[in-house]
Amino acid sequence: MKYLDEYRDPALARRLLEELRRTAGRPWRIMEVCGGQTHTLVRQGIDELLPAGMRMIHGPGCPVCVTPLETLDRAMAIAARPGVIFTSFGDMLRVPGSETDLLSLRARGADVRVVYAPMDAVRLAAANPDREVVFLAVGFETTAPANATAVLHAARLGLTNFSMLVSHVLVPPAMTALLEDPDCEVQAFLAAGHVCAVMGWTEYEPIAARYRVPIVVTGFEPLDLLEGVLMAVRQLEGGRFEVENQYVRAVRRSGNTDAQEAVRKVFQVTDRSWRGIGALPDSGLELADAYAGFDAARRFDVGGLRPVEDPECIAGAILTGARLPTDCPAYGTRCTPRHPLGAPMVSSEGTCAAFHAAGRTASARSTP
Amino acid sequence: MTIECPTPRHEEEVVLLGHGAGGRLTEELLDTLVLPAVGETEGPLEDAALLPGRPDLVMSTDSFVVSPLFFPGGDIGSLAVHGTINDLAMRGARPLALSVSLIIEEGLPLSELRAVMASLGKAAQDAGVPVITGDTKVVGRGAADRLFINTTGVGQRHAPMCPSAANARPGDVVLLSGPIGLHGTTVLSTREGLGFEGDIASDSRPLHRLVHALAPLGAAVHVLRDPTRGGLAASLNEIARDSSVAVEIEESAVPVPQAVASACDLLGLDPLVVANEGCMVAFVEPEAAEEALTAMRSVPEGAQSVRIGEVLHEGPLGRATLRTLVGARRIVEMPLGEQLPRIC
Repeated sequence: MKYLDEYRDPALARRLLEELRRTAGRPWRIMEVCGGQTHTLVRQGIDELLPAGMRMIHGPGCPVCVTPLETLDRAMAIAARPGVIFTSFGDMLRVPGSETDLLSLRARGADVRVVYAPMDAVRLAAANPDREVVFLAVGFETTAPANATAVLHAARLGLTNFSMLVSHVLVPPAMTALLEDPDCEVQAFLAAGHVCAVMGWTEYEPIAARYRVPIVVTGFEPLDLLEGVLMAVRQLEGGRFEVENQYVRAVRRSGNTDAQEAVRKVFQVTDRSWRGIGALPDSGLELADAYAGFDAARRFDVGGLRPVEDPECIAGAILTGARLPTDCPAYGTRCTPRHPLGAPMVSSEGTCAAFHAAGRTASARSTP
Repeated sequence: MTIECPTPRHEEEVVLLGHGAGGRLTEELLDTLVLPAVGETEGPLEDAALLPGRPDLVMSTDSFVVSPLFFPGGDIGSLAVHGTINDLAMRGARPLALSVSLIIEEGLPLSELRAVMASLGKAAQDAGVPVITGDTKVVGRGAADRLFINTTGVGQRHAPMCPSAANARPGDVVLLSGPIGLHGTTVLSTREGLGFEGDIASDSRPLHRLVHALAPLGAAVHVLRDPTRGGLAASLNEIARDSSVAVEIEESAVPVPQAVASACDLLGLDPLVVANEGCMVAFVEPEAAEEALTAMRSVPEGAQSVRIGEVLHEGPLGRATLRTLVGARRIVEMPLGEQLPRIC
């Protein structure tokens, strides 16, 4: 896997930064949609080496952060049931619900397990026919194909003890919602390379044209991001508003059609509430009627949930890029990775967690 | 998809896995519950302690609960020997003797126990350290996970060498004896069947000969640390805190094997916080840095030693910082806890 070194070369990074400084004539505002990109930007300090006045706005692309509180509370109610093996990617275990989190439930005896792929949960269900195995299926278009494949596999095996609590979200509706906001400062987007590896970028072309914003499909290594920013700035300086692909080694315009087909077969588009942002029409995926038998929300009646957000957390403003973590009075004091008030401080892709991991404070910025 | 250290939110009454993970949660448990109960000693918490009244002797104890018992590059038996030898070595000591205590779950195949004990015996013999006492307990099925091992060691200091986490000084050069992240990613990959096992192996090995090679430098060696749980990030933070200095490392100088980088990318882990069991960080006086590097490279376990940073004359005291690949500077946070449970 030699490619990593090539995309982390310090000398090339410096050359790209110099080129960016020569190219940028105005203090542009560019949003990286994806939380993975936010982490690379912040961990490397790239966002603080940009030309004077230019700013990266950290977007809502952290699937952990935007999973609705009601879904989390439902997950915990299901996980607390006797006989249930509750499975999830590790990030979701620490996200605070209204009352508790999955790890605390596990410490008290709930059978909560970290898996690395949804197929692991299917295998668990096959190996434990007397237990109900539930998988918490969250994420953007990136994780939907693997989750769809897991459902198809469970159906082929005839498993009746496997289900999914689904809270998938879609990127283009979120970008559209941000651009419709009259206060939106975003002048260009870096689109998430792994989302586009699945979906391609045809969905982004009407957005770029309608809202006159450059969109650059970008990878996740330091040099990917620097090149993505440079391509966006070149478009802005040249008055072009197109979709360009920086991530040529992984993304085609049409995406992965097999993966799209699996998603279309198993899921259907639905309205979705985004934590910290609110309800967005047609911005989520739910299990299609043909696979409703695998829907954990239908299978487990957990009664009336009354989710209560921590009133101090400004996750919504963070997720839309309107505020920085360091603008939040609770950041680093009442809200830390040890005691998170909201999801952006928990997830490895959360903007607050990224800032905290890099030791950022309102007064101590990274310095070149 | 990543694995993160457990952190409670509203509930504080029970022990979580994260409390044993070597990060902030472990610190909290020690500071608020364990140390007050046993009577706090002066000075920082070190890998090993000088015996009261006998500062030429060093003592350390460590329990090993790794799962799985066998992994590429090692097993719980050899790890139990190496871990305690290394804790002694980090105080500048050569190991004199070990004790070995076994806690065995009923039902463990004797063949597995035999293999672990053979490996443990060979590791002790190869290191030239006798096992002079021990204990065996068997508990019912479910009361322990297969096999837990405790080893306690006593060592003799190479005077005048007296490294301590509180001895780092401005100007010190930071040296690292080899690549990081191998042990943690190997154990995780083996346990979860992630498929990296073919490319990587644990770096589990004894480091007392590496320390012996540094002995002629005497008091010029200020700090030695083997970055186990919590990885390099935890070690650098502990040293910066205990010495009240500003430590800075260069990201491009830290050796991360390709397979470790790939596994960490896949899992969303930072190689800086992944555990090691066979590499060492040394803080030495700047005038002695080249000699120290040559000495470390003279033994196999230090053949890949490199300079990774320094202690700044001006900077945030008690903090570790990192110069990133693109030339920015950022804080290296103390990990909340190791993301990989039961790796040692």
